[in-house]
Amino acid sequence: MSTWEEEKIHDDGTYESSLDTIDGSIATLNLGPTHPATHGIFQNILKVDGEKILGSEQTIGYIHRAFEKLAERRPYNQITTITDRLNYCSSPINNMGWHMTVEKLIGAEIPKRAQYMRVIIMELARISDHLVCNSVIGVDTGALTGFTYLFQQREKIYDLFEEVCGARLTTNMGRIGGFERDFSPAFNEKLKAFLKDFPKVFNEFDTLLSRNRIFMDRTRGAGPISAERALEYSFSGPNLRAAGVDYDVRVMEPYSSYEDFDFNVPVGTTGDTYDRFQVRQEEIRQSLRIIEQALAKMPEGSYKADLPEFYLPPKEEVYNNMEALIYHFKIVMGETPIPAGEVYHCVEGGNGELGFYLISDGGRSPYRLQFRRPCFIYYQAYPEMITGSSISDAVLTLSSMNVIAGELDA
Amino acid sequence: MASKLTNEAVIERIKGQFGSDILSVETPYDFLTIEVPSNKHHEIIEWLKKDEILNISFLTNLGGVHYPDQTGREFALVYHLQSMPNNFRLRLKTYVSKENPEVDSIVDLYAGANWMERETFDFFGITFKGHPNLVRILNEDSMDYFPMRKEYHLEDATREDKDDRFFGR
Repeated sequence: MSTWEEEKIHDDGTYESSLDTIDGSIATLNLGPTHPATHGIFQNILKVDGEKILGSEQTIGYIHRAFEKLAERRPYNQITTITDRLNYCSSPINNMGWHMTVEKLIGAEIPKRAQYMRVIIMELARISDHLVCNSVIGVDTGALTGFTYLFQQREKIYDLFEEVCGARLTTNMGRIGGFERDFSPAFNEKLKAFLKDFPKVFNEFDTLLSRNRIFMDRTRGAGPISAERALEYSFSGPNLRAAGVDYDVRVMEPYSSYEDFDFNVPVGTTGDTYDRFQVRQEEIRQSLRIIEQALAKMPEGSYKADLPEFYLPPKEEVYNNMEALIYHFKIVMGETPIPAGEVYHCVEGGNGELGFYLISDGGRSPYRLQFRRPCFIYYQAYPEMITGSSISDAVLTLSSMNVIAGELDA
Repeated sequence: MASKLTNEAVIERIKGQFGSDILSVETPYDFLTIEVPSNKHHEIIEWLKKDEILNISFLTNLGGVHYPDQTGREFALVYHLQSMPNNFRLRLKTYVSKENPEVDSIVDLYAGANWMERETFDFFGITFKGHPNLVRILNEDSMDYFPMRKEYHLEDATREDKDDRFFGR
């Protein structure tokens, strides 16, 4: 919805506004669909008076891929690949969220070890998600250096994902019931190296920006939102916490054994770009704490639940064992029996509460699957947050909200 | 963190206020689900938001479901609501017919409902009375059908080279 009030424009191009005028006449500026500042494909049509934004109209849907429709045609194990492509900066969280939704539906018990492994992977994904967002805030304020260093670290996280599942960006990681294999010795080594090296680089990045006079002047007060408005707009995740609401799904409705770990939920006060930046910075530190605790307390046991109907059996068994052959056939043909039911499961994604509303009628595919996509929900507050501010603040607001086009458009 | 409210206490309080307007109560997977008439859902959501004890004042999600076989109640609208202070979730459903798929918009209660309702309109063709700008959001403006309805199959219906029977569908 446009925040611009058309009736106040006169025929000669002048306008009336409650805001102070600069030029006294209006220009239209397209921010997007492809623009370096949008970091994705979506459009903002800005009405500007000089440098000041009077209103904005958003167009989205450029990369809509009909995920909810696709999901109604796919067996449950094939839907994981769809979830990769929602928030592709933290695909593993989406994957695990989906697996847990199905596990809730079928009532599966997951071994503690698999749960802790999931926590490690999800927190790594959260770090990589926040790294992208925060380093890009740096880029948009003109500090490219931090970005180049942090992206090396993000590569390391992707190396870790590659070690677990073979893929880096769209991971399709894990299975319904746990993982496809245990963490390899190479993974454990790389993770140890990462936990040793990363804090140094990260702290250096932090000293570069956090108390930097120029950065603070640029980001404080840019694109603020109050806690009340953020709740009205159904915000969740770091953006809501930056506004001062201490809501985190990991604490309120712990899943995958998050209740076993000790971590803090950082909150901001003003909901501006600086607070969003700081909340993400602190969340990265807390994620590291969680990973270290999970590694230290890693229980013995299996990396997967005993769910043969969701795990392809080893090939030699398929050829020699009737039962394995049947499971193999059922999985490949998508004939795994699923109970009818209705579940809502949510996880704390990189951008907020990522929800899966699943209705099963007992068929091979979901009857209806709806994704609660945090980006889609909070991006609609953008015009309200930038009206009255300058174009350069609008760019910062956009990058600090971390709008991911894949999640926005489904 | 455990919820401060129980399903029983919540449903008792809602029924105390609305009584016969609560058409059914279910708790699938321990998630309290109530069904309400489509002309009352706005009033009930408003009351839930303002009630100081329940304080269900956060809209998590809303969306449609198409049940082509249920004559007279083909479309379900599902609202997921949440009380952050009480850590409680509620699912509210209302049904409309395909002849008259129209309900009141709740944008006046929750600003965040704006795009969610536009998305539901875009994909199911359910219209929301009082919505400030009810146009398509993800699909192209010139599209003349509502793709999430069950009569629109994912694959091209004119294709003859694929027979679903051979794919276990």
